[in-house]
Amino acid sequence: MADPASSTDGNAPASEPLTEPPAPPLPRHTLTVRITHWVAALSALALLVTGIELVISHPRFYWGEEGNVNTSTLFSLPIPSSRGSVPTGYSYVLPDQNGWSRALHFQTAWVVVPTGLWYLLSSLLSGHLLKDLLPSRAGLSPKALFRTALDHLLFRPVRREPAYNPLQRISYLVVVFVAFPFMIWTGLAMSPSATSLLPFLATALGGHQSARTLHFLDTIFLVLFVAAHVVMVFRTGFRRQLAGMIGGGSKEEG
Amino acid sequence: MNGGMSRRRLITTGLAAAAGLSGMAVAARLARKYGLVPPDGGGPYGAGTTLTYAAQRVLTRHTLAREFPRGMISKRPFANGAPPTFEEFTKLQAGGFSDWRLEVNGMVSNPGSFSLPDLRSLPPRSQVTQVVCEEGWSYIAEWIGTPLSLILQTAGILPQARFVVYYSIEKGMWDSLDMADALHPQTLVTYGFNGGDLPVRFGGPLRIRVPRQLAYKSVKYLTRLTVTDDLRNFGKGLGSASAEEGYSWCPGI
Ligand code: HEM
Ligand code: HEM
Repeated sequence: MADPASSTDGNAPASEPLTEPPAPPLPRHTLTVRITHWVAALSALALLVTGIELVISHPRFYWGEEGNVNTSTLFSLPIPSSRGSVPTGYSYVLPDQNGWSRALHFQTAWVVVPTGLWYLLSSLLSGHLLKDLLPSRAGLSPKALFRTALDHLLFRPVRREPAYNPLQRISYLVVVFVAFPFMIWTGLAMSPSATSLLPFLATALGGHQSARTLHFLDTIFLVLFVAAHVVMVFRTGFRRQLAGMIGGGSKEEG
Repeated sequence: MNGGMSRRRLITTGLAAAAGLSGMAVAARLARKYGLVPPDGGGPYGAGTTLTYAAQRVLTRHTLAREFPRGMISKRPFANGAPPTFEEFTKLQAGGFSDWRLEVNGMVSNPGSFSLPDLRSLPPRSQVTQVVCEEGWSYIAEWIGTPLSLILQTAGILPQARFVVYYSIEKGMWDSLDMADALHPQTLVTYGFNGGDLPVRFGGPLRIRVPRQLAYKSVKYLTRLTVTDDLRNFGKGLGSASAEEGYSWCPGI
């Protein structure tokens, strides 16, 4: 379809008018990164929604092996519960949604684990991990880190290394190598069947209830990451960034 | 990258997807053949439920639930729910449960029933395991009872048996186990708790204990075992009352 009004570059998708000074090229992402990113993001949403349903059946958290309404808590959430047996201070009980919530939570886990492995393996083999995610030595110097942080805080444009800036690289690495794997570990540590095979899944964390508490805290961490991540996507041009992460960015090698 | 490369890539991806799909069809057939599909393996979450069950049957057929030293037995166990108040139960309770029977029928060569002393005369087993409720709470307790496998042996279980269905005296409370879990050494029909009799609040006089699965699988007030080769004739065919309410039949997680 020939559109005479937008006869700029043959390859550039007709995007926003260039109001800002020199528009940087669309960020480029491989098909694997794009597919696994959106599958992971949708999965995280499904896990979060079902996880919230699960947490309201017992919004109390403990440390160690055991914990129930007769024992003291590490902390508890000031929210109503979907079980009448939990003392919450609210006079009403929420509807029980645990049946389908557990089923969907674990079905999603079956989706997100292979997706994550596919992403990791392909990023390792393609060099994406070393080239685009591992911060360079220069980027990791205290001075560079400080300047990147300051740029973020002062809402100044962040000087990028090629691809991502050092702080961005670090937060992606933490999510990919720590937060997501720990979610899976702590999730499995709550399974009496999984710990019958691998007892250390629970014992290494301090016990069954410690695993549950850490699963919850890791959820909070991931939610904070996604919030900051989406804020940064907004700040750096929402449509441009999404176009890059969905469509794959500009075709020429950058 | 040029257009040719990405076209080649598209074709490879398409081929890989086709191979993946036919691989999945083969996997589904094999899974059915080797008993890796649970009775509640249909519906929108059937794929996940089936994978979770199959993983347990492949990886944890013989593994033992974590056991704890006696010193870790909970001082504050939580008995979920109130004991039954209907007459059939309270009458038995008034008689010290001397008339309580565990009936065993279906695919066994000697159908019949066990009294509590009958069960106590069989070699007991005990375990200190954690009761993990799907709601999120847990406690550690000692459970004393007869291995289900021994009861089934005594009743002469037939080789074609594939599931053991079990019933509570509470109407509508029933569940079932496949043979891997039914014959598992930690699956007990328990009458003792923390060194004493199993209190009514915790499911006494008789409760099945399946420690590798969430606590709703450990049905209280056990009165009947039915051995079968097909769960389709029980309730809606999903294997348990909880599965009919959307709760997994094999809740190892
Ligand atoms: C749990 C949810 C999410 C996780 C774990 C996550 C994680 C990541 C990771 C690891 C990367 C780097 C990918 C790579 O190059 O290998 C990335 C990039 C990106 N994400 Fe997410 N993300 C999530 C949700 C979102 C959401 C909700 C949005 C949009 C609203 C989004 C938009 C983007 C964009 C645009 C990029 C590319 C950034 C750039 O090129 O500078 N992400 N994300
Ligand atoms: C393989 C991955 C995962 C597994 C095996 C898993 C497993 C579990 C289990 C067993 C529970 C029930 C806890 C309980 O009984 O109270 C649970 C709860 C929960 N999950 Fe996951 N989970 C996984 C991934 C995730 C992810 C990625 C998220 C969030 C992004 C998440 C968020 C939650 C939340 C918020 C709860 C409720 C909190 C709680 O009860 O502790 N899960 N998860």
